[in-house]
Formats: sequence, structure tokens, C-alpha cells
Amino acid sequence: MSAPAYNFAYLDEQTKRMIRRAILKAIAIPGYQVPFASREMPMPYGWGTGGVQVTASILGPDDVLKVIDQGSDDTTNAISIRKFFAKTAGVATTTSTTEATVIQTRHRIPEAPLHAGQVLVYQVPNPEPLRYLEPRETETRRMHALAEYGLMHVKLYEDIARFGHIATSYAYPVKVSGRYVMDPSPTPKFDNPKMDDCPALQLFGAGREKRIYAIPPHSSVVSLDFEDHPFTRYRFDAPCALCGAEDAYLDEIVTDDKGGRMFVCSDTDYCEGRQAAGHRGSQGAAPHKEIAHG
Amino acid sequence: MAETQSAAPDDQLTLQPLLVAENLGKTYGRLVACRDISFALYAGEVLAVVGESGSGKTTLLQLLSAQMTPTSGRVSYRMRDGVLRDLASLGEAERRFLFRTDWGYVRQDPAQGLRMAVSAGANVGERLMAVGWNHYGRIRQTASSWLERVEIDTARIDDAPRTYSGGMRQRLQIARNLVTEPRLVFMDEPTGGLDVSVQARLLDLMRNLVSELGLAAVVVTHDLAVARLLSHRVMVMKGGRVIETGLTDQVLDDPHEPYTQLLVSSILPP
Repeated sequence: MSAPAYNFAYLDEQTKRMIRRAILKAIAIPGYQVPFASREMPMPYGWGTGGVQVTASILGPDDVLKVIDQGSDDTTNAISIRKFFAKTAGVATTTSTTEATVIQTRHRIPEAPLHAGQVLVYQVPNPEPLRYLEPRETETRRMHALAEYGLMHVKLYEDIARFGHIATSYAYPVKVSGRYVMDPSPTPKFDNPKMDDCPALQLFGAGREKRIYAIPPHSSVVSLDFEDHPFTRYRFDAPCALCGAEDAYLDEIVTDDKGGRMFVCSDTDYCEGRQAAGHRGSQGAAPHKEIAHG
Repeated sequence: MAETQSAAPDDQLTLQPLLVAENLGKTYGRLVACRDISFALYAGEVLAVVGESGSGKTTLLQLLSAQMTPTSGRVSYRMRDGVLRDLASLGEAERRFLFRTDWGYVRQDPAQGLRMAVSAGANVGERLMAVGWNHYGRIRQTASSWLERVEIDTARIDDAPRTYSGGMRQRLQIARNLVTEPRLVFMDEPTGGLDVSVQARLLDLMRNLVSELGLAAVVVTHDLAVARLLSHRVMVMKGGRVIETGLTDQVLDDPHEPYTQLLVSSILPP
């Protein structure tokens, strides 16, 4: 049901046109941060105001929306945003990765492979990968313009010098289509390889920083590294305790106050799907809903 | 690229100027910072610019290093391919590339020339990574050998320069600038703010490096002792003009202009 007091998907049409123009520009220049006139949204900054604005501008009445937060469909943030669009746009929602046409995400890329026609919308807190080493915006823009990315390797160098390996485990910088270096938002670097040659369109919205950037389908996305310290996707020691998946990104769940813990898929839809198909982990009987955390 | 460069010390290059300034001038509104400055700097030559505070020394250095555009006149630089080019005609990318590779710029305050929060090794390695070095081991090895050359204990390669003393910071800044084997280095009061014994060591080090690497340098200083130790030629500035220029010993031992005489006689005997 669409609430009559709002325009379709909350934002007014003029704003949506403005955001769509920014999105088109972002798609035309893969990895380039396009400034846009970010609006005040009925949620605090840091809760996904950028992602919500992007989603609101691309959503049509026929779309099926999925919202995940840290891979999970049932955390507060994911549920609120899903409800928000169910109310203001009246679109169908789902938790299934394959059925969704628009997936808004915070911190994860779903485990199930994305397909052509889908749009993945990321919520981005800090769009500028060079920011922590170069505080001046004028300077970082110039560095992007001239493709001066030596500084990004300084960060990786520091990691190796300090920890013996590249310790950056999320927001791991990538180079898109051989040109722009981009911060893939705080997704774990485990997900970085999924961005490469992805058949779905990937859009990134940073509401507070007022930037939109994009990876068009089937673009090359390369994680930066050194020849002698190549990019590695980290692995987990044990499979998911619920569904036994060995190739999924796991969350550590504390189960009691005596040091008990379990590792389970962070992607709840993927985990439930596997359990429904008969896969079981070491604690496969535990009901999934209880381990979801907010 | 560094090897090919140092392997070509042809006489032709030394006969042609590396950096040429023609009628350089800079005004800030009605204030004239520099006027009508012309000179040529040759490869391997060290030129000291001396004068009191406010005489336009630092402005001149910024004009020469293309960090500031002159109000009048022009600066030309002989690129590695041997062609003398007007700096104003270079694109920003070319200018910045030059600044990172073929030039060095040593600032008076090392905190401005260094990244204070990242390790010494990364500070030295940054220029290498900027020109595409992509092998951690080799970057680190090069950084470490440069720390050795500037007499910094290599055990401190992973320490951030904010834990370094003033003299060490300045030496680190020099290593960071020289790692790409530039042909021209600009130095703005490189020994300012250091105590005398540290100054002496730094000057000794710089003199060695300059002669070893065959660097050309423009050193701005108000300290005539620095000029005497490092430079071949001296330019004396006052009120934005060059009032006297010549070989270092000639200018310092036999100054012609009254102002230069005053400057030379103002040195306190220890």
C-alpha cells in the first residue's frame, strides 16, 4: 500500500531525476565519484541515507526489493528500510537473492551469484579511498583526475610493515576498469572478487558525503596489492555451523557467557536456502532466527 | 630509468643549462615579492639564494619549482629528453610527475615534507610507489639503503617520523626526495631550526650526496655558512631583487654591494 502523503518511493520526482543523472554519469565513468545534492532522509546519517536515495530513484512499481545489513535480512536496519519502501512505494519485497531485482546492502555482497538485470545498491559511509592519507578533498580529486594512486600503496605498505601482511580486511581498495581507484564501502575483502565481472549493476551511494559511484555490469575490478604480497581472500577454519557451507563469509556468534561461540553464514538467505536443501552443519538443528543479531 | 639517467653524464648536458629563469616577477597586489630575476642553473651546480627575511627568497623558490605562477617572465627546465621546456606550458600531470621524479623539494619544516603518521620506510618508498613500483621487498630494500645513506638507523625503518628528532626528520626528508634520483633539488632553509652540531652533520651529508649524485640544487638560506659550505654560486636578494651574484667565495669574501657587505659583516664570531 502506498501512503498517499508521499510521492512514489518517498523522494519527489525532481530529486529522483537529479539522482538518476548522477547515477548515469557514474555508470559512464566507472569508479568515479559523482557529487550529488544528497537530501535529508527520514533516518540518521550512517543508516544508509545514500543507499536509500539511490534505491528510491531507481525503484519502479514492478521491482522486487531485498535489503540486507551485514548479509542479514532480519536486522533492524534491513527491516526498517524494507518496510520504508513497502510503505512509500508499495513494491514487493523479498529475502531471496535470486528473486530480487534491486538489492540494497550494507557491508556484504550476497553469496548467491547475482544475475543480469539485478541492481546491487551499496550504502557507503566513506567514499574516498585516499582520505585517511590525504585529508584535503581538493588534493584527492586532483589525484583521481591524474590517476596518481601511489598513495594507496603506501597504505598497503604500512600494513605489511606493521603486521607482516596486508591487514586491511574491509573497504579494501580496488581499481575499476583499469582507471579509478575506488573504496568498495566497508564490505569485507572476502567479497571483492565478486565485484569483478559481475553481471549485475553495482551502485554506491554515500549520503553524508554526497557522492554516487558505480560499477557497470561485467567491469573489471582488481584489488590492489604488491607482486610479492598478492591479494588474498581470507578463509575460515570451519564451515558454517548451521548449513555446513565452506565457501561463505561467516559471522562469529557468542552463544553463552562461558566462552561458547559458533560460526554461521552472515548471508541468512543463503544459509536458510542451504538448510532447506538438506545441508547441515555441526549445530544444524539450532533455529536460525535466534542467532540473528541487531 | 634511474640507471640510464646516471649513465649519461654527457658533456652536452652540462654545457646546456638545466633550469633557466628569465625576467621572473611576482606581485601580490601592490606588493612586489620578486622582480626581474634572470639566471641559468647548470647540471651539478649548487646555487645559494641568500638574503634577509622578506627578501623574496621563498617566493622565488616556489616560482622556480612551478608551485606558483609568475606574474611576469618564465622558467624553463631541460627535461630528461634534452628539450628545454617552459614550465607554464606543461600540463598539470606532467608538472606533478616532474615534481615527484626529477625534482626534489626539501622544506624547512620536515613535518610539511613528510607524512608524519606513516613509517619512515613508507615515506621513502612513496615516490617509488608513485612511479609504479609494485614489489614490497624491493621498495623496502631501497628505502632501507637510503636510510643508511642518510645515516638513520635502519632498525627504525618502521617508526613514524613523529618519533624522530629534528635532525633525523630532516635527513629522512632528504632521503624521501632523493630516492628517485632527481636531477634538481630545491631546498628551503634546510638547516633552519636545527642546533649547530646537527646542522654540521646535515651539511656534511648534503655536500656528499650532492657531489656523489651530481645534483643541481637551489638552496634558499639566510645562513651564509650554509651557502659557503654547499654552493658554487650565490645570489644575494634584497626587496625582491637580485642585487649581487657571483661565485660563492667571491661574493662572501669580497662583497661589492653595501647590503652584501652588511650581511657578511653581520655574522657573529663564535
